[in-house]
Amino acid sequence: MEAAVTRIEDTLKGYAATVQDFAHLCVITAAGVFRRPWYVQETIYHMNRIGVGSIFIVVLTGLFTGMVLTLQGAIQLEPYGAVPYVSKLVSASVVRELGPVLAALMIAGRVGSGIASELATMQVTEQIDALRAEGTDPIKKLITTRLVASLVMVPVLTVITDGIAMVGGYLIAHFSLSIDTFFYWTWAFAALGPMDLVYGLLKPLVFGFIVCMVGCYAGITTSGGTVGVGHSTTHAMVTSSILILVSDFFMTKLFIYWGW
Amino acid sequence: MIRFSNVDLKFDGRQVLKNLSMEVPSGQTQVILGGSGCGKTTTLRLLLGLLLPESGSIVINGREIVGMTERQMASIRAQMAMVFQGAALFDSLTVRENVGYRLWEEGALDDETIEARVVESLRFVGLEDTLDKMPAELSGGMKKRVAIARALACKPKIILYDEPTAGLDPINTHLVSELVCRLHEEEHVTQVVVTHDLECAYRIANQLIMIHRGEKIFDGSVDALQASNDPRIRTFLRPDEVLVEPGCFPCKDGGVRVISPMPEKAEQAPA
Repeated sequence: MEAAVTRIEDTLKGYAATVQDFAHLCVITAAGVFRRPWYVQETIYHMNRIGVGSIFIVVLTGLFTGMVLTLQGAIQLEPYGAVPYVSKLVSASVVRELGPVLAALMIAGRVGSGIASELATMQVTEQIDALRAEGTDPIKKLITTRLVASLVMVPVLTVITDGIAMVGGYLIAHFSLSIDTFFYWTWAFAALGPMDLVYGLLKPLVFGFIVCMVGCYAGITTSGGTVGVGHSTTHAMVTSSILILVSDFFMTKLFIYWGW
Repeated sequence: MIRFSNVDLKFDGRQVLKNLSMEVPSGQTQVILGGSGCGKTTTLRLLLGLLLPESGSIVINGREIVGMTERQMASIRAQMAMVFQGAALFDSLTVRENVGYRLWEEGALDDETIEARVVESLRFVGLEDTLDKMPAELSGGMKKRVAIARALACKPKIILYDEPTAGLDPINTHLVSELVCRLHEEEHVTQVVVTHDLECAYRIANQLIMIHRGEKIFDGSVDALQASNDPRIRTFLRPDEVLVEPGCFPCKDGGVRVISPMPEKAEQAPA
């Protein structure tokens, strides 16, 4: 019994230490944004990798999400004769929830795991120690640059996902449900208020932060050779996906509480 | 001058270094010998400020580094360079960018001067024709030599080597040992070399220390090491003379443990 209590206590202490280390890493990474050197070229390189490199998957995600939503929405609205207003349902749900969350999950799969495996490999091959030995702050060089790139590019990718999802919805609405183009787009935009746009852009900022920092933390704390690299990559992907979904719920709750 | 005084270090409650003291005069090559996992690499990491000791003092060129912040440590690291065991070249950079990395980062020299310094360093290690290659295109020995060129490019006062000949063929082992000797003779660099390659150690060392299970058990010259009667040192230097019976292994105290095919016949043989 005593052994079990000790084991639980050790496990909890381990979790607390991880949270503390993660919070510490987040603080020094964020502080790095305001300190020289800024590694502008490096940041642009990561923007290109994160942003341009992810366009294809977010376009596909948006397109098919919009099309499926329209098809399913039409079925639900049909008994009420409200099928022509399906664009309201599509735009509101995509901009507020599905666009940011699905884009972030896809980016976590592509970018977060990529960041984790890259940094993990650098860690196990002593390249991060070599950076320190060469007088470079690895947090600034490797993590702050990626964080800035994520904070800029994840909202951009989310806007693209939202737009493409609405276009996907339009394709089904127009060609399958015979809804008029003007009617579709009028009701699609009528469903959106200014706060929806703020809402739809705040979430991707938080998700971008989660994807990047979880990937970086998993990467630089890797140990155990190539097995450790694999473990970190999986861990980054799973943890960031869960954190995205959990934080989405709490942000939505908070926005509703504030009356947004 | 490097001075370690009574340095202790523990990892997860396990004593990794016990009361380690050593002194490396300027311009000398100090070799740290010892078996795998005895604390040799940890000593280099302490010197570079990548680890903090539990207690004791580490002085580099008159400055105590224990307790320094990362930013303060940067000025100490600027005088030092390290050749890592696996070379630790940056995968995404070419050989040119790897070798000139610190110079470009510091931004104190113009591009032409840096390029000249990069070529000069690579010529010293005989690899001036690999400038535009990526690390993945190099062999293990070439990577080690590029790592030495990277260390040289910033003209450090101190170079640390972690197993510089590990995993290399005899020719590359000879080349790397030769480079370390030339750096001592021509550039008068203070060097600390961690190795368990005895041939390399005898060739390059001005003085040697040997670490056994985190404890220093020898400090002196190559001749004194070879003449030592300490069973732990004898086992390390001449295992073929000590571990003569089939299935025998060294003990903590330098004695020999014989594990026979029949467990009941296992016996403790004298050193």
